[in-house]
Amino acid sequence: MSDPATRLTALGALASRSSQHQHPPVDRPVKIHAESLNFSYGSTRALTDISIRIHPNVVTAFIGPSGCGKSTFLRTLNRMNDIIPGTRVEGKVLIDGTDIYGPGIDVVALRRRVGMVFQKSNPFPKSIFDNIAYGLRINGMAGTRSELAERVEESLRQAALWDEVKDRLQTSALAMSGGQQQRLCIARALAVRPDILLMDEPASALDPIATQRIEELVYDLKKTYTIVIVTHNMQQAARVSDFTAFFWLGRLVEYDRTDKMFTAPAEKVTEDYVTGRFG
Amino acid sequence: MTGTSLADGGVQRAIARRRFLDLAFQALALLILILALGSLIALITDVWRDGFSRLSWDFLTGFPSRRAANAGIWHALSGSMLVILVTGTLAVPIGVASAIYLEEYSRRNLMARIIEINITNLAAVPSIIYGLLGLGLFVRAMGMGRSVLAGASTLALLVLPVIILSTREALRAVPPSIREGSYALGATKWQTVWYQVLPIALPGILTGMILALSRAIGETAPLISIGALTFVAFAPDGLWSPFTVLPIQIFNWVSRPQVEFQANAAAGILVLLALLLTMNAAAIWLRDHYQKKLS
Ligand SMILES: Nc1ncnc2c1ncn2[C@@H]1O[C@H](COP(=O)(O)OP(=O)(O)O)[C@@H](O)[C@H]1O
Ligand SMILES: [Mg+2]
Repeated sequence: MSDPATRLTALGALASRSSQHQHPPVDRPVKIHAESLNFSYGSTRALTDISIRIHPNVVTAFIGPSGCGKSTFLRTLNRMNDIIPGTRVEGKVLIDGTDIYGPGIDVVALRRRVGMVFQKSNPFPKSIFDNIAYGLRINGMAGTRSELAERVEESLRQAALWDEVKDRLQTSALAMSGGQQQRLCIARALAVRPDILLMDEPASALDPIATQRIEELVYDLKKTYTIVIVTHNMQQAARVSDFTAFFWLGRLVEYDRTDKMFTAPAEKVTEDYVTGRFG
Repeated sequence: MTGTSLADGGVQRAIARRRFLDLAFQALALLILILALGSLIALITDVWRDGFSRLSWDFLTGFPSRRAANAGIWHALSGSMLVILVTGTLAVPIGVASAIYLEEYSRRNLMARIIEINITNLAAVPSIIYGLLGLGLFVRAMGMGRSVLAGASTLALLVLPVIILSTREALRAVPPSIREGSYALGATKWQTVWYQVLPIALPGILTGMILALSRAIGETAPLISIGALTFVAFAPDGLWSPFTVLPIQIFNWVSRPQVEFQANAAAGILVLLALLLTMNAAAIWLRDHYQKKLS
């Protein structure tokens, strides 16, 4: 039952069943609500008919085989795809009820509210302090010097990095270890006080210990933020997330509580994927 | 067993052949390098022998004279420095701004492609053409006369494509992940370019700028065609002043029949070379300085 041909038939069945079953049957507030979202890079369709309701103060994991559109979907949530020429979006993404693709939306303000951490850590070639201070400065969020220093410290503490770097804030961020650089990027994103944090495979380039630190951090941060994390690591999804969405060939196949997704998924493809039969 | 050893022999022969080719190529490259460097060194030693005795403070600060032994070069040296300063002031802001526009802002459409191809071609246009354009546009149509401003404007046109191309190259080398990181924090395009992209691209931009200006400092043809060859015996005292530059003064001395002036020409070449070397050293220093600051 797990050969590609059967799976493709399954996809046909999914497509014709539309997207009603894709919402977990929970009665919770909704933070992000995507509705029939299609996305193309030029003439290449990357996402088809994605509908999902993401809840606040929980961790939602996106899983699925490489190339299935996880990153693309994540990047539609803060309109990062806008900077790639030739992309096209159809459908809606409501954040707190407002369509972020609607008229009169300030993309810059949106991206401050919806922070993002990338797969490959990308600290600016500046000091540790300036990496964090940058977002505060450009958003006019730090009045005085002491206020700025305070916010920088607060962000570094939130990212569990303060104790490691407090004595070398003025040294280059590029001299830090890979795990520290990634936590710096998290601190940098937190500094501008977003309410949603998008993380695209934030630990994929890190060793197990650094990965564990990031996971612990994610667990702490969900008290304050709505977190969406892309991962190709099934165990990681099971460990850190409350809800899991399984993407396949540009579609959202199944979305439910993480425990249900890993123990009793409704779709055969999901089961094949989470049990490691393909992907 | 025999099959393997046969194959081994073949492989070994192939490796030996490749080693030989490798060595032969290395030897050839070295020979060419020695030839190129050798002729350059010969040239410089020759100039050095002819001109070194003429180098003195009086020569550097003196003015032209009918007597070769009294002639100095300050009028041309100051002319060159002023012209380059004005050229840079005109060409660098325009060139860097154009490159930023083309690289960061313009849409990638047919128009952008056409502009791009044209800039690349302009960088290869012979400098005399720029001279003729400068003569028609700046000297005559805009009434600047044979002034420092006209000369510098002409040279600015000449180096503009080079500055645009090298600046674009430097901007393109900035990793996209840095831009994404900035945008993701709610930065505008301008903030991203100004605070993140430009500082990283700066060493490359500065290097390109200084190399372009070094090219301008050695240019003779465009300045001759706008009429800077006329006899000028004083240092320029402003943008509207007539002027001469080092290569023109050197050319002037070389074309004199008296042998004594040849020594002056050689000394002038040494001054020009020193100026060029200083500018190139500055380019290297700036690049290293800013690269260290970044990492
Ligand atoms: N910048 C891009 N331009 C064109 N196609 C892209 C681009 N980024 C991703 N894609 C394509 O979109 C599809 C989904 O990619 P992506 O969202 O990166 O998948 P995932 O993150 O799940 O591995 C893939 O087929 C990929 O080749
Ligand atoms: Mg991805």
